[in-house]
Amino acid sequence: MFGEPVRRREDPRLLTGRGRYVDDLGAGALEVAFVRSPHAHARIRDIDVSAAIDVDGLVAIYTWEDLPASLAEPLPLLIPHPALTHGRTARPLARDVVRHVGEPVVMVVARDRYLAEDACALIRVDYEVLRPVIGPERAAGSRRLVHDDVPGNVGAHLVQEVPSAAGTGAREAIGAAPHTLAFRLDIERSASMPLEGRGVCARWDADDGSLRVYSSTQTSTSVRMAVAAKLGLPLPKVEVIAPDVGGGFGVKVMHPWPEEVLVPWAAVRLGREVKWTEDRREHFVSSAHERAQVQFVRVGFDGEGRVLGLEVTILHDHGAYTPYGIIVPIITSTQLLGPYKIGAYRVEFSSVYTNTVQVTPYRGAGRPQGVFCMERTMDRIARHLGIDRTAVREANLIQPGEFPYDQGMTFQDGRPLIYDSGDYPRSLRMLRELIGWDSFGELKARAAAEGRRLGIGVGCYVEGTGVGPYEGGHVQVTSDGRVHVSTGLTSQGQGHETVFAQIAATELGVPLERISVVTGDTRRFGYAVGTFASRAAVMSGNAIALACRKVREKALRIAAGVLEADPRDLEIVDGEVRVVGAPGASVPLATVAVLSNPLRYAFDEEAARATQFAGASPPDAPPVAEGEEPGLEGRDYYSPIRSTFASGMHAAIVETDPLTAEIRVLRYAVVHDCGRLINPMIVEGQIHGGVAQGVGGALYERMVYDEHGQLLNASFMDFLMPYATEIPPIETAHLETPSPLNPLGIKGAGEAGVIPVSAVIASAVEDAEGIPIDRMPLSPSELFDLRRAAP
Amino acid sequence: MKPPPFDYHSPRSVGEALEILAATGRDGKVLAGGQSLIPMLNMRLAAPGHVVDINRLTELAAVTVGPDGVRTGALARHAQVERSGPVAAAQPLLRRALRLVAHPAIRNRGTVVGSLVHADPAAELPAVLTLLGGSVRLARRGAVRDVPAARFFTGPLESAAEPDELAVSALFPALPPRSGTAFHEVARRHGDYALAGVAARVRLDDDLRVAAAEVVCVNAGPVPELVDVTGDCGHRAPGTADWGAAARAVRDRIDPEADIHASAAYRRHLAGVLAERALRDAATEAAGG
Repeated sequence: MFGEPVRRREDPRLLTGRGRYVDDLGAGALEVAFVRSPHAHARIRDIDVSAAIDVDGLVAIYTWEDLPASLAEPLPLLIPHPALTHGRTARPLARDVVRHVGEPVVMVVARDRYLAEDACALIRVDYEVLRPVIGPERAAGSRRLVHDDVPGNVGAHLVQEVPSAAGTGAREAIGAAPHTLAFRLDIERSASMPLEGRGVCARWDADDGSLRVYSSTQTSTSVRMAVAAKLGLPLPKVEVIAPDVGGGFGVKVMHPWPEEVLVPWAAVRLGREVKWTEDRREHFVSSAHERAQVQFVRVGFDGEGRVLGLEVTILHDHGAYTPYGIIVPIITSTQLLGPYKIGAYRVEFSSVYTNTVQVTPYRGAGRPQGVFCMERTMDRIARHLGIDRTAVREANLIQPGEFPYDQGMTFQDGRPLIYDSGDYPRSLRMLRELIGWDSFGELKARAAAEGRRLGIGVGCYVEGTGVGPYEGGHVQVTSDGRVHVSTGLTSQGQGHETVFAQIAATELGVPLERISVVTGDTRRFGYAVGTFASRAAVMSGNAIALACRKVREKALRIAAGVLEADPRDLEIVDGEVRVVGAPGASVPLATVAVLSNPLRYAFDEEAARATQFAGASPPDAPPVAEGEEPGLEGRDYYSPIRSTFASGMHAAIVETDPLTAEIRVLRYAVVHDCGRLINPMIVEGQIHGGVAQGVGGALYERMVYDEHGQLLNASFMDFLMPYATEIPPIETAHLETPSPLNPLGIKGAGEAGVIPVSAVIASAVEDAEGIPIDRMPLSPSELFDLRRAAP
Repeated sequence: MKPPPFDYHSPRSVGEALEILAATGRDGKVLAGGQSLIPMLNMRLAAPGHVVDINRLTELAAVTVGPDGVRTGALARHAQVERSGPVAAAQPLLRRALRLVAHPAIRNRGTVVGSLVHADPAAELPAVLTLLGGSVRLARRGAVRDVPAARFFTGPLESAAEPDELAVSALFPALPPRSGTAFHEVARRHGDYALAGVAARVRLDDDLRVAAAEVVCVNAGPVPELVDVTGDCGHRAPGTADWGAAARAVRDRIDPEADIHASAAYRRHLAGVLAERALRDAATEAAGG
């Protein structure tokens, strides 16, 4: 099972409209809408709800003043960091100042969403409009402040320096290098944009004193803890379930969102089921964005293109608040190094507040920006020296014999940035082969003869995946022979029901059809971290494998007693425990499950049949022996010493229209290494989706704020997420260098596809046009401008 | 994104619809395919007190092809017109333009006449109607009038239709002999509104020289305007006509605006490139393939 392209077991449900998303739940629930700030920066003078009171079906209107103390304070800062000296988070409802368009000010509960919106339209908020701070460059050091108590708008500042082996600092190394270059790069904002927005549905059971919350989240266990704490409820009385979730891509790992605590609070207070379903406009202006950075690069290198010193200064736009800390710029700073040995490295970032939507991780989480920086640098070096772009990369690659390779930095998980395994030179060779790098010159010349412009580009990345601290798995075999697997992290369509079942099937020797998988349901598994950082397969996959091994060990022990054999002579095949080499000597796992429990009411056929094996337990020992538990089940956790590092290299061939400046991606090739593949088809699907989002970031998507802080393209009409028609066919080749860090030898694959795409497309357009491409995304209109400005 | 309250009317005859429109006046809005109106309602950009749904008026769904051209009823969907063989034979430009209108799901619901009444200068069909010299038939209680395209589009999202009038059909005239058409556009994504687009028509005389060459650009001004480039390309055979000069003339005579997707200069440039391509193709078609 492990390693086979098993078809996704969730697809029949998800593709035929039988998925159950938050908005499919809670028929009859009261519905919530919010009055959100129309201003980027303003002081609330007064809120007048009188005109809304008469709206038919109105149930409640809440402002900040109505909130209990625990909800009135700013929401938690999830990931503090010593460099984040001025972390700021928003209150669930604004108290006095609003800091971006879309910030929630008033919560309205009504019989349905239509009426709630009618009431919202009648609520008058009197604002004193303040001057907004838009754009990181204008924000940095400005006297105009987003937060009065954050001077210069700088929330965090961090310098990390890795000297060369000889102890030389980056600046010194650059100064002494035979060649140096300095340039600036710009990356614009984009966003996760899951097709299902956020959503919360809360059901209060007054008789039981318990609360059930459905949330479209990437971390149900943490939402549960937040809700229990904020509402003052005992943790066992709160359950949080992530039902089917229509995409997350990072935005839903942020928690608790204001709505995730306000909706449950309203449900308890009103004694009713209450739900809120985010609409697309709300998602644009009140969830989270990512990507925006300005980078200043200085690099020193030798005649072969080897980087002797690299200095990068990053201005990171964090939006109005920092609830998720400074994970994004930290990842940019560290993952920028990619598969390369850099002589000496200095990276400095300032994370600044602006009056825009907050920035939290979006698939790739800072890596696309880092890779854009490093790969643009590699291309610059190649151009400067007049040598092949892949040769420059080749000259800098970490070699297979150098693992584990210590980059000398601290990674996002607070642990050393040590690459566990990889084969980068081979990956590059495979990529050149796949895309036809060496023969592209002829292709380009032939096209040029027909008046067509082609270009080829390349980009490489290393991705730290499977960050800790832990995930757990629980596996239970019931007396009907079914295997129930659960893990606490959540699914957003990745195919966990399939790959976790493949792992269990392989470990337990049980047919896939008998295995069911539940994720993200705190009723089934209470301890978990969540789905992000390409960690689900590594973390829960290994935890489930370990839990299965416990179950297997117990099953063999029990079966050994029945079959009068040594457990070491037993195997489990097709759901039966068998004596190796002795046909007929077997006992079904279902029977073993019955035998594992001394209480044997014959509720089913299997239990009745099993009684024939049931010898009376020895009268001088308890029916459940010391150290034993009834039932055939196992629970285990996987907690890695540090992240495992996947890698990949992409190449693209683009065509630019000499007249219209349209940019078309003709071919896109991916060589990908995520260690051992659990399901190659699902990995390819992840790559395809990632590349598609990457193409969006490279050629289409941007958040267009005007000088007043209004988001001008807050709809799918004007935020240009690419359609299938804009995505080229994607050719993939897999390389498998197992991770030595975990039992299954796997690495994460979820984010990989998106990471280098902007760098690759920029590289290819630059090759086609002969004009430096320093910013992404790139539209035909901008390419037209670049052509006119070119000397 | 839920609409504000409105009264919903579902008339069973054109007469009844006209009575309702007469009564509701400016506070009434006609719902046909709903591909523009419904999003505007949901975003609360429009708040009519009355929505008059004409989807039950099946007599308005007819598409008729005659010697004078193609007449599409107010309920004729884009897809219906796009797929019609007789329509394509009588006026091939309609199918060419409709294939550029949004996506199949939108074309299944959206109506040709609805697109005209919406009068978006970025849309394809107003350009087609203008280029072909077509007209829109407007009915009000007790009266019917035909308004030619040149007078129908009065501003961005504004047409000559009065609040109490229902656009019941539109006429897309057939082409005279030795004529050809083409439609070229560039959009950011497949199916998006065009950054620039050009519909072209070329007619040749008996000596197969260019007798008339005209274009209409989309997204190039407040209303679609006919640009006559006959004098610019020269009274020559299609192969030797100066299409470059015609394209330059188009660039000079349009007035595109910048938005978040493209600068005005780029749109102007693009319109020229597309005009040259469209004129060449139209001339080739006029010359018989």
